[in-house]
Amino acid sequence: MLDILRFTPSEISILALSLKIALFCVVLILVPAVLVAWVLARKSFFGKSLLDSLVHLPLVLPPVVPGFLLLLLLGNQGLIGKYLHNIFGFSLAFTWIGAVVASAVMAFPLMVRSARLAISQVDKGLEIAAQSLGAHPLKVFFTITLPLSMPGIITGLILAFSRSLGEFGATITFVGNIENETRTLPLAIYTYTQIPDGDLPALRLVILSMALALGALMISDRLERKANQSIGRHHD
Amino acid sequence: MIEIQARLKRKHFELDASLQLNQRVTAIFGPSGAGKSTLLSIIAGITQPDSGRIVIDGECLLDSQARINKPIHQRKIGLVFQDGRLFPHLTVERNLSYALNFTPVQNQQFQLKQIVELLEIGHLLKQRPHQLSGGEKQRVALGRALLSSPRLLMLDEPLASLDDRLKSQILPFLKLVSDEINIPMIYISHSKEEIMQITDNLVDIQFGKVNCQL
Repeated sequence: MLDILRFTPSEISILALSLKIALFCVVLILVPAVLVAWVLARKSFFGKSLLDSLVHLPLVLPPVVPGFLLLLLLGNQGLIGKYLHNIFGFSLAFTWIGAVVASAVMAFPLMVRSARLAISQVDKGLEIAAQSLGAHPLKVFFTITLPLSMPGIITGLILAFSRSLGEFGATITFVGNIENETRTLPLAIYTYTQIPDGDLPALRLVILSMALALGALMISDRLERKANQSIGRHHD
Repeated sequence: MIEIQARLKRKHFELDASLQLNQRVTAIFGPSGAGKSTLLSIIAGITQPDSGRIVIDGECLLDSQARINKPIHQRKIGLVFQDGRLFPHLTVERNLSYALNFTPVQNQQFQLKQIVELLEIGHLLKQRPHQLSGGEKQRVALGRALLSSPRLLMLDEPLASLDDRLKSQILPFLKLVSDEINIPMIYISHSKEEIMQITDNLVDIQFGKVNCQL
């Protein structure tokens, strides 16, 4: 009965690849997403609603669309990709780094939304108080705004991480479904459903996915609680 | 000496202020909506007037003709707000020491210890702002503003959100600071009774208009 919990090396490597891609994804988007979130939360400028819409576009488009656009842009024959390929010999298409980029594009809006909400809830009065004490606005951002919006930023990180783990459409369109390179959990499950007798292996990966998602949610909850406590906010 | 000239026109409000303050402690008095807080936020650099000039002890903070406009963090004006505005993620001690970060040690007018003793907040140092009473919060806010070594201290209705019992936790300390600490002070309030306990130097502001030499 417990045999189902003994995962094979190939399953482990699928899991490891998925985690690696998701981890690089959140590292890649963390700083830009917080920056964009801050700009959207605190600044008003010409073209703000356009930026806002652009950031959110991947959320409302079918994922295959951003995947296809990435291919046109960053593929080996793509507008930018061909230079990367010809000059630096570097290609994103059909590599795990490309999978990171694809899931980053899809996860970015989730991270921005969370961080933006958190930043806009920080009392501007506190920022002004810090400035009146002599703190440069940049210092205020790092000592007041950022720590106070940390719970929301952590939520965003977990959301982005989970989104990246679950990414399917953009990934398969941009980087294909290559074993040990771009075949993440959802892609592997899909692959098994396409072959005879694939139901059981698919089911095992489904269980793995569910465990992972559950784990991420529980860690998120705990981190958020901790972060809330550290900024003196309490809730049940 | 503090010289303030400011004009500001908004849809439903107009401010026209011209003040020359020679007393160390001055209270600005007026009903709510008269423009007290707007005037304060112009002096602090939070609100930009349409035109104006602010000079404190010979140093120009704002001169719209000469295109001088120092940002908030360079004005060295200590603010105490109605709601205290303590940083919720820092202990009382770190709220206080935050203010010391921006003045070189040799230019600091007070030490943390001095202020803690003066305002009797030693027992609160390890606590978080949400654990304090309203009066205690205001004492810490006052201490934090003093520790930033300001050239001017401005208090915006520091008692307005406190009941009588809590007021008695802070009023004596406000008197103490205004009597014993050699920093110019502007005290803003809508309550004449409250002001009379602090100072006799009164500036009256009505419908956004004030023109006074004191």
